[in-house]
Order: sequence, then C-alpha cells, then structure tokens
Amino acid sequence: MKQLLSFVKKEFYQVFRDPKTLVMLFGLPVVQIVLFGFALTNELKNANIAVVDNAKDQASQQIINKIAGSEFFNIQKVLTSSSEIDAAFKEGKIKLAVVFPVNFYNDLMHTNKASIQVIADASDPNTATQLTNYINTIVSDYQSQLSPNSSVPYTIIPEVRMLYNPDLKGAPNFVPGVMAMVLLLVCVMMTSVSIVREKELGTMEILLVSPVKPLMVIVAKAIPYLILSWINLAAILLLSVYALDLPIKGSLFLLVAESTLLIITALSLGLYISTVTKSQQAAMFASMLGMMLPTMLLSGYMFPIENMPVVLQVLSNIVPAKWYYIIVKDVMLKGLGFSAIWKETLILMGMTAFFIVVALRNFKIRLE
Amino acid sequence: MNAIELKNITKTYNKGKVLAVDDVSFSIAEGEMFGLIGPDGAGKSSIFRMLTTLLIPDKGTATVGGYDIVKDFKAIRGILGYMPGRFSLYQDLTVEENLSFFATVFETSIEENYNLIKDIYVQLEPFKDRRAGKLSGGMKQKLALCCALIHKPKVLFLDEPTTGVDVVSRKEFWEMLKRLKAQGITILVSTSYMDEATLCDRIGLILGGKLLSIASPEDTVKAYPEKLYAVKAPAMYKLLNDLRSHDCTMNCYTFGEYLHLSTECGEEEIREFLAESGHTDLEFKPVTPTVEDCFIRLLKVQSDGNGNKSK
Repeated sequence: MKQLLSFVKKEFYQVFRDPKTLVMLFGLPVVQIVLFGFALTNELKNANIAVVDNAKDQASQQIINKIAGSEFFNIQKVLTSSSEIDAAFKEGKIKLAVVFPVNFYNDLMHTNKASIQVIADASDPNTATQLTNYINTIVSDYQSQLSPNSSVPYTIIPEVRMLYNPDLKGAPNFVPGVMAMVLLLVCVMMTSVSIVREKELGTMEILLVSPVKPLMVIVAKAIPYLILSWINLAAILLLSVYALDLPIKGSLFLLVAESTLLIITALSLGLYISTVTKSQQAAMFASMLGMMLPTMLLSGYMFPIENMPVVLQVLSNIVPAKWYYIIVKDVMLKGLGFSAIWKETLILMGMTAFFIVVALRNFKIRLE
Repeated sequence: MNAIELKNITKTYNKGKVLAVDDVSFSIAEGEMFGLIGPDGAGKSSIFRMLTTLLIPDKGTATVGGYDIVKDFKAIRGILGYMPGRFSLYQDLTVEENLSFFATVFETSIEENYNLIKDIYVQLEPFKDRRAGKLSGGMKQKLALCCALIHKPKVLFLDEPTTGVDVVSRKEFWEMLKRLKAQGITILVSTSYMDEATLCDRIGLILGGKLLSIASPEDTVKAYPEKLYAVKAPAMYKLLNDLRSHDCTMNCYTFGEYLHLSTECGEEEIREFLAESGHTDLEFKPVTPTVEDCFIRLLKVQSDGNGNKSK
C-alpha cells in the first residue's frame, strides 16, 4: 500500500511538473468546450432569405414579421414574383425563400388549411434542413397562437432533435461528444505516453528489476489519470451547465458513474497501446489514430451513423465513444435512468474487460 | 558458493542475425569486484541485462546468488542492485524524491540503510532539492548508485557507471565502490576505461561477444608475452611508420605522448634500425604493459586471426 501511494505521488509530481502535459490535460477540454460552444457553433444565425408575399394579408404579414424578428433569419429581399427567386438563388445571396400564396389568410380561416412554399438551397443539405426546420417552427408557432385549441396536422415538428432541443441550440449535440473525446483522448494518450516514457528513459528497466509487481505499476499509472479525468469531467459539466445553459436532466450520479466506466475503458486501452509501442511518438500517434478519429467520425456525434454505409455502421460498434455518446445523451439530455442504458453500459464493460485482459497478457516482465 | 555464475551463455538479437554474446562462461566469488572490460558493442550490456533477468539467454545457464536467472527471476530481483548504462532515474523528480521513491519501491526507507549510502549521500545533500535532470554527470551517477544501493543488495551490477564523468568524480566513484566491496557486496562492473580495470579484483576482457581472458589485473599484465617499449622522437609520425615497417614489430601504436612498441627483436637492433632511418634525439625505454596494452594486443591477435594481417 505504501508502495502504491508513493508511486501515485510520483506520478502526480511528474504530471504537475510537465507544462506540456498540464496544457494537454486541462487546456484541451476547456478550449474544446469554448470553441464548440461559442465559436464553431453549427447553429445558423442571420441566414439571408427572400420573401414573396402574394397574399399581402394579415396572416402573411404576421408570419413575415415573426421571421424577420427571429435571430435566425435576415430578410434580404422582398420579391414581387416567384420568377425572381431563381435568379436570387443563383446569385448566392439567399439560402431560403418563403412564398405566400394569394388568399392565404382566407384559406386558413375558411378551410383551416393553407400552404406556404419553402424553397431552400440544398447544395448544403444540413443548412437547408435546419433552415426549413426553423421556418416550420415559426409557422407552427404562429398557428398555435392563432388557434390554441385546434390541432392542425402540420403543427407537429418532424425533426427528432427538436424534441430535446426546443431552442435549437447547438450545445446539446456536442457536449456529450466533447465529453467522450476529451475523456478518451486524455486517458488513452496520457496513460500510454507515460508508460512508454518510462520505457524510453530506461526507468522501466529499474522498475522491472525491482521487486515491484507489474500490476502495481499499472494500477499506479491509472489512479492519477482517473482522478485527473474526474476533474476534467467536472470542468466540462460545470462549463456546459453554467456557460452554455445546458442542464443535466438525469441523475448526476449515474452520469459520473458511466463516465468513470468510460475512463476505465480508456485507461485500459491506453495501457494496451503502451504494451505494443516503443516510443512516445508512436504511442501518441496510436492514441490519436485509435481514439481521436474514430471518436470524431464514428461515434455519431459529428455525422449521424444511420446515414453511413453498412460497413461503417458495423465498424462503429467497436468504437467505445459511440456507446458512451448514447449513454450521455440519454442521461444528460433526455433524463432517462439506468434501465434505458443498461445495454450500452454492458457493452462498455465488456470492452473494458477485453482491453484489460489483452494489456495484462501483453505486459512484459522483461525487456523484449 | 559463487555469487554469479555463467555457463556457455549465448545471446543473439534480431532472430539470430546479430550475435551479441558468444558462449561466455565465468564465475564471480562472493564479495569479489569483477570488471568487464571492453569497447562499446562488445556485449557487456547484454550480459548485464541477462544477469539482471531483463533478457533471456538463447543458450546456456546462469545463476545470481544461487538463483537461476530465468526460473527464479523474482528471487533475483529482490537481491540485486542495478545501475543501467544510461542514466535511468526520473529527471523531473528531485534528488530526494528519487531516492525515497526507490526506497519505497524496494520496501525500505532511506533511514534504514543510510549507513550504506552515507558517504555518497553527503555529497548529494546540498543538491537534494534539485531535479535529477539538472545535476552534473558525476552527481547523476552518484545519485543512481545511491538508488541502486538503497535496499542493501547482495549483488551490485554497474553498467559503465563512469562513462561521461570527469576524472575527479571517476576516482571518487571508484573509492566508493571499494568501500562497498569492503561491506561484502559482490560487484560486477563494466567499463571502457582501461585505467579503471586495475582497481578490480579480477577482470574479463571482452570483445565481439567473446570473453578473451579472465585474470587479476596483475596476472593479465604479466601474461603479456612480448617485450614492450615506449619510444619517442621529434618526428613521431615518421617514427610510427618506420617502426611499423620493421619485420620484428608485432604491434606499434600511440600511447599518450609515446609510441608503444611490442617487438620480437632486442633493443639494440631496433636502435640501430632507427638510427639508420635518420631518427635523432631518441627516447627508448622498456615499460611494463598496462591493461590497455594487453587489450590492444588481444584486439590485434583477433583481427590477425581473422585474416586481416597488417604490418
């Protein structure tokens, strides 16, 4: 026990005396949250649109005012006929056009049914979908205002994401993703690099020759990074709650417990990488390639997995971040309990067990 | 019982392509200080790593403190102290932190074995809050020795402990080793500095993975078969070429400010030959061979044996 304590103490000294590690450890998550939260947001604001109001009645004016008043749109042009729309799109000045038909208000009042045409520039499909969703929301908002008790069929918004993201914020999507990325990256890279560094500097030689059990070396490496990851997790959660106004809907305890599971998965993966690499660069490269890319591309946080080719969909199953991303979304955003995520939890546990077994079997008690 | 015993140890790397240690056998008595002398790449570190249980030999067996280096590696790891050839402590920890870390790793404390490291540690004490990476070369080696000694090992393995250390520190270092030997610790030390060899009880000359001779430094020197002279003249380069061209010359090489000449002929014959070649102001005296001379001779014999006879 005393051995372990002194090992952990040594590990902490080393982390806190290396400015590079510190920046990596604590700078990375903060920068990512801030960058994704404020700068690189994929929310669209002030998109230029055009309006063709053939009705020029009470309803069309009110909707146009609503659109103009929203922060998402900026009415660039008020066109007089639909034929001008095409030209405006080609000029690239607008991303979306809204066309009100003649007798819009009349139709709405008498038949309870009216349509507006929404034309979007689909050369950027994501933007187009998002903008039409915004318009849908505004229109249905207006309709529920108009007749609070009636249920008009298209007042229901089809976009699933909106259910949990009524303000159309970007934050809910990326916070779980950033959590997965930061925890994985920090743990995998830090553990693998710190073990490989001992090999590189020759201190591993001395540790091997000492009566210390290999398991002790491993556990002692894992503990400091587990603690540091908890601090990181706390920082991310605090930032997302207080800086991004994203509340944790589910149980905080469950969220932390699941995150701890991911941390342990990452630690064991880092340990495995350290047993198969010989230099710090190689370990860092393997961690980057093994964690960063799959986490970004295949976890479903940047690109929806459903839209991928089958091969990638199958491949995404071995990415720990995918399961963690599902868990965090369920617990943090939807407020679901353990019963909703037990399957994903079990999968992560299985992965952890696998990496630990493989790493321990690979851990060399000699030099070659 | 011998503290260390090697029997026909062979070690290759890269799946047998590189022969590092070639059928080496020797034994070291308890309390002995044994020096492995040889140039870089001779196989010294490979022998150290096998004896410290870090590598497994391809062929042969060896024991340390009576334990087999393959089967009983755990027992050996409890009784040996090892100082690798490269500085292998935590550079970002201070002197004191390194020492107390290794003390706990070996399940002991600095206080418990303080008397063993006292002589060395007093010199380090003024720098105890300095990071190990910022120490001078000599200080680093002293710290490494302290760390290797902290658990009072029975056998101490020092792989080139004085490489890159200044002359004064080297001398101090060897005095420390002598004191440790006096406490009954068996020491296996390797070095490429020939002058250090005379400080060992016995030395083994190793080259190309082969052990060429094992004897005490005195016997090694006594076994030198030819006569050895130190020669000096104003025209040194011409002197070297002339001597090398002489038929009696076995070997001739620069040694400090003199040339060392081993020859089968008598002194008079050489003097005459040199006078004929036009050398004046000649200094010419017989010398007792050093370990280095013995080593150079062995090198020469080996390369001649390989068919590169050069005159």
